[in-house]
Amino acid sequence: MKFYYDLHIHSDLSPCGNSDMTPNNIINMSYIKGLNIISITDHNTTKNLSAIAFLGKKMGIKVIPGIEVTTKEEVHILCYFKALDDALAFGNVIYDSLPNIKNNTKIFGEQNIYNHNEEKIGELDKLLINATSYSVEDIYYLSKRYHGITVPAHVYKKSNGILGVLGFIPIDLELNFIEVTSNEEIKDKQLKKYIKLVNSDAHQLVDISEPENFMNLDSIEDVYRYLKIY
Amino acid sequence: MKNLDLASNLKLEPLLVTNKEIQIEGVYIGDLLSIAMSKAKENFLWITIQTHVNIVAIAELLDLSCIIIVEGMEIEDETLNKAKELDIPIFKTKDSAYQVACRLHTMGIK
Repeated sequence: MKFYYDLHIHSDLSPCGNSDMTPNNIINMSYIKGLNIISITDHNTTKNLSAIAFLGKKMGIKVIPGIEVTTKEEVHILCYFKALDDALAFGNVIYDSLPNIKNNTKIFGEQNIYNHNEEKIGELDKLLINATSYSVEDIYYLSKRYHGITVPAHVYKKSNGILGVLGFIPIDLELNFIEVTSNEEIKDKQLKKYIKLVNSDAHQLVDISEPENFMNLDSIEDVYRYLKIY
Repeated sequence: MKNLDLASNLKLEPLLVTNKEIQIEGVYIGDLLSIAMSKAKENFLWITIQTHVNIVAIAELLDLSCIIIVEGMEIEDETLNKAKELDIPIFKTKDSAYQVACRLHTMGIK
């Protein structure tokens, strides 16, 4: 069976995320578009995951707990978890490692936390677009400790993509997936061995994927086996 | 110094013509935005190969005097539009950061 996914969506908590990207709006838009599996991956925080998970359950959309970490090399790495608690604990460690630079909302945008009733319940103080103190390798091992997987995000992007920044994918890491933002065929030899995830990296509602990219699964619960998250 | 004077002294292509007086009290060279954010200071000139729109956000945040993109990197429209909006002088050149730094040195910026 085909299950349509978009595993890279930013909420209003990400400084660059549009203010329309509230948990309710994201879930409803995903529902309207006919997506079955989504993940909210805010920059260096997991504080909106609880509301999203609650609403996803209500609407029958599988929500994979996720985060987009900025490594100290300024590479963006997606991390996915099976258990919400693991994701939240990992998110706290990541946020703690951000430098103490305050967000300037006028320049970078607001960093709002919501509950599942669409009420703003808080705001994060530290600038989330900054780099954490962890390397790509550190994030790989750290996410493993929380039973998560790592996926290099938008690998071809010049800024923050692993190929653009490092020029290669560290071969000693057992990565299974890479993320690309369009469904073009991958010609790079070094990338052929990876399974590609095609995600939107949506920062506004219209950018959330149409039902185009799918996983062939027996049941929706098999998504974790597919992603090799146990 | 005026925008166009700085451009001609340093052999740069100005991407934004502005009347803003450019004061240079120091120079920062580097491409990791997080490091630039913590090391560059007010009225510093910033030399980088990064072209993402966030370079302009950082220049605004720190009150940098201008940005010079080196190595002929192609600059996104979004970045230029943001620079225009925030009135942050931005230049480009095919030369390397080192070559620009040497010219700055001869200009007396040390």
